[in-house]
Amino acid sequence: MAGPHHTIHLDGTQGSFACRGDETVIAAMERAAWFGFAKDGGRIPVGCRRGGCGVCRVQVLEGPYRVEAMSRTHVTEAEQQEGYALACCLVPQGDLVLRLAAKPAKTATPTTAETP
Amino acid sequence: MALTGVLRPGFIQIRVLDMEAALTHYVDRLGLDKVTTGPDGRVYLKGWDEFDHHSVILRKAETAGLDVMAFKIASEADLDTFAKRTTAWGLAVDHVAEGEQPGLGRRIGFTLLSGHRIELYATVALSEKHPPVKNPDVWPAEPRGMKATRFDHALLYGPHIDQNLKFFQEVLDFSLAEKIELPDGLLAIWLTCSNKAHDIAFVKHAEPGKFHHAAFYLETWMDIGHAADIMTRYNISIDIGPTRHGITRGQTIYFFDPSGNRNEVFAGGYTYYPDNPTRVWDENELGKGIFYYEKQLNERFLTVVT
Repeated sequence: MAGPHHTIHLDGTQGSFACRGDETVIAAMERAAWFGFAKDGGRIPVGCRRGGCGVCRVQVLEGPYRVEAMSRTHVTEAEQQEGYALACCLVPQGDLVLRLAAKPAKTATPTTAETP
Repeated sequence: MALTGVLRPGFIQIRVLDMEAALTHYVDRLGLDKVTTGPDGRVYLKGWDEFDHHSVILRKAETAGLDVMAFKIASEADLDTFAKRTTAWGLAVDHVAEGEQPGLGRRIGFTLLSGHRIELYATVALSEKHPPVKNPDVWPAEPRGMKATRFDHALLYGPHIDQNLKFFQEVLDFSLAEKIELPDGLLAIWLTCSNKAHDIAFVKHAEPGKFHHAAFYLETWMDIGHAADIMTRYNISIDIGPTRHGITRGQTIYFFDPSGNRNEVFAGGYTYYPDNPTRVWDENELGKGIFYYEKQLNERFLTVVT
């Protein structure tokens, strides 16, 4: 069963949308957009929807939740303890207040050319 | 022409967050065959129409993205020549011993100025499940899922792609099939070592070493439609498509694996010869070049990478 709907509020905007307790915040937000959510902006960017690309990074300011596996490129374990998460891996367990928390793009030394 | 030197993309090693989910995706849905699991946990896969031991390697990691893309070289002597030419061009070359991957001979490796690791090798075992060669049936066993025939090409994002262009032309003897030239410089390049419209491509991007997609070849436009049916049936995250690229003229779907790495299924594309002129796109028609039917880039094209 889907369970109850929780309310997701994006801090600094007027908008909120409903999210089931068995789906991710991004999935619920994409569905809410069909019915006009954030048509004037103030929405979470949607990327890969699978925890890899990091464009939907947020910080949870209030409320209970669980997270699915996310790339540590975008959310370290310490950041996760501070409430950071990728919205595509964020499953609410109650009403949530989020803020957008995009990471600035890195232009430093390559880190992905590791072996094996 | 007779293909010499660099023959084709050989393998790509991709980092995944959850191996079980990755295998469901790449084997059951995309249709690659599992070859073996290595002692360090890396899993080796291949397309049904490929002769070589493997072409895709999945490595479980804490981050998504690309470890390395490798090319198959015609001979061991050519491999030595490419090592010398790479060093002379100014990139540091390292050596990976035979057996570091099952079925694979020695490799040389180097890091491009865009931050991507490239490897070259000349020796690889013939796959046990290679396409039939004696009175050959059309396939060894009916293809599964999206029926991916082979690992076809990759698109990588990073800085200094003008230097990558020089390197691939001057050292590896690739040709520039197409490019996007903006008023402020080169945005993207499609490079080929073969009759394909591209074997590797690069888009200019501030962060080095980023991975846009690995593409898998399907036989027909109908197969692209069948792949789309599978993606919706199994709730695979779709980026865009089915559609077509103006660049390469390939028919395509961009979608994501369970770790957020972008995949492409690709069919068609023109036949390239090394005496063909480079096709050039500018800022006016760039949208049509990337997505021919939408005639515009989606917001993810330039921003979503692993």
